Amino acid sequence: MSDDKPEADKPEATETEAASTPPPSTEADHTVRTTETVATPEERSKLQLSDEPKPDEPKKNNSHDKHAPAAAHDHGDGHDHGLAHTMPIALLFGVLGALLALTVATVAVTAIDLGAQGNLIVAMVIATVKALLVCTFFMHLLWDKKFNLVLFLTSVLFLILFLGMTTADRAENQQAIDQYRALQLGVK
Amino acid sequence: MAEPSTETRGSAKPASAPPPPHTDHGHDDHGHGHEAHDPIHAANPHLAHHFDTPQQQFDAGKLGIWLFLLTEVLFFSGLFCAYTVYRAMHPEVFVYAHYFLDTKLGAVNTCVLLISSLTAAWAVRNAQLAEKKALMLNIVITIACAFTFMSVKYVEYAHKYHDGLLPGKAFQPKEQIWELKSFRDKHPEAAEYAEKLAKLDEKKATPPAAAPAEAGKTAPAEAGKAEPAEAERIERPTEEELEPLLAAGLVGPRSLDPSAHISRPRMAHVFFGIYFFMTGLHGFHVLIGIGIWVWMLVKASKGHFGPAYFGPVDFTALYWHLVDLIWIYLFPLLYLIH
Repeated sequence: MSDDKPEADKPEATETEAASTPPPSTEADHTVRTTETVATPEERSKLQLSDEPKPDEPKKNNSHDKHAPAAAHDHGDGHDHGLAHTMPIALLFGVLGALLALTVATVAVTAIDLGAQGNLIVAMVIATVKALLVCTFFMHLLWDKKFNLVLFLTSVLFLILFLGMTTADRAENQQAIDQYRALQLGVK
Repeated sequence: MAEPSTETRGSAKPASAPPPPHTDHGHDDHGHGHEAHDPIHAANPHLAHHFDTPQQQFDAGKLGIWLFLLTEVLFFSGLFCAYTVYRAMHPEVFVYAHYFLDTKLGAVNTCVLLISSLTAAWAVRNAQLAEKKALMLNIVITIACAFTFMSVKYVEYAHKYHDGLLPGKAFQPKEQIWELKSFRDKHPEAAEYAEKLAKLDEKKATPPAAAPAEAGKTAPAEAGKAEPAEAERIERPTEEELEPLLAAGLVGPRSLDPSAHISRPRMAHVFFGIYFFMTGLHGFHVLIGIGIWVWMLVKASKGHFGPAYFGPVDFTALYWHLVDLIWIYLFPLLYLIH
């Protein structure tokens, strides 16, 4: 390793050096924390096993702490314990409470006149907060793989694009629409 | 410790070895024979042969359901787009039509769906912890909520059908807007004046032709012979009298029409087209959801779900939450128009 340092400036040299040094050891250093095991096949198998659930490791620990029975079951299975995060019941009911309260709020706020657009905006903001609550907690997106979140956000992005473009186009043609309407009223 | 793996190493079929989920081998089993996937399959009767680990199977399923939900969002986005454009172009139609919708029923349905979302999320937890009874109970409650939702929808639809509030040519409302309680509560003055005008129009309309007295429609101008002065006065309200009518959206601005014509917006039927399509498609999703939940209930009753296999419940719940999510937007957009 000490030989590596002076040669690090030259890319070619480092590459060959890296190739020559056994990769398992260096990989294990940052993928698996348990580096005491020396037996290569065992280590390799551990590497491969822990490769998939690795991104969820903090969550898994989380679920272990909170739900001992789940952990016990998993240990019984002998591999891949805690496929996903488990929701605490208190959190589930908290989210439901918030959702119901927001539903009451969105009905109640219609009694207040905030202007046609104002009421619509308030209603949409409340609906979006509710949607975020459902997505974050009920749909587990907070603990899910980030790729799933990205997928979902992509659909939302395209929804916004779709609505935005259409609305902008409609607004652009407002004058023509007004003219057409006036013409129709005149004829009628 | 190593016995179960060596036994099943040769066979690729997971069905050949259905051990109970609580086998004795523990963490040490990570160590041996990873290249042959059999021990994992042997320990997981629900692990399909084309997946290496339960984690892989679960993640693949989850990715799949999220992709499906993505298409669902885009599917509904077309209807939301139609709604947006139509509302931007004809706001008066939405103000007019929303009086015909029962906010209470809509709110009740919102709450019912939210509660079913809770039981769905709870069911996932039950499946993860292999709590069979609680899982089945939560699925049953979810299904019950779904049926409640559909029952309320049925009541609403039946009411609309009865009142002639249907899309397109079928749109023939039996009640005038000022006869609705929701409208009267909000605009009592306008409702009163509108009634006067309607009666006047009725009088004018009946003598010449026995045409059905469509109060909202324009009556022939020369027909008002009963009390011409009175009729004239009512037809040409003062600015003060006109104000509530204008505020309630019953008449257009005076510049367009000097006499007060109470009329429903010309395109009102399109609102009901949008209403039935959006709620109908959503209701269809709820029906499909009921079917899938029943399937999950059957699987749960057989004790299929546990810490290593709960994907189906999770994915069904995700679908269910999306259905809920869409309703969260539909409710204010259709029922709570200001």
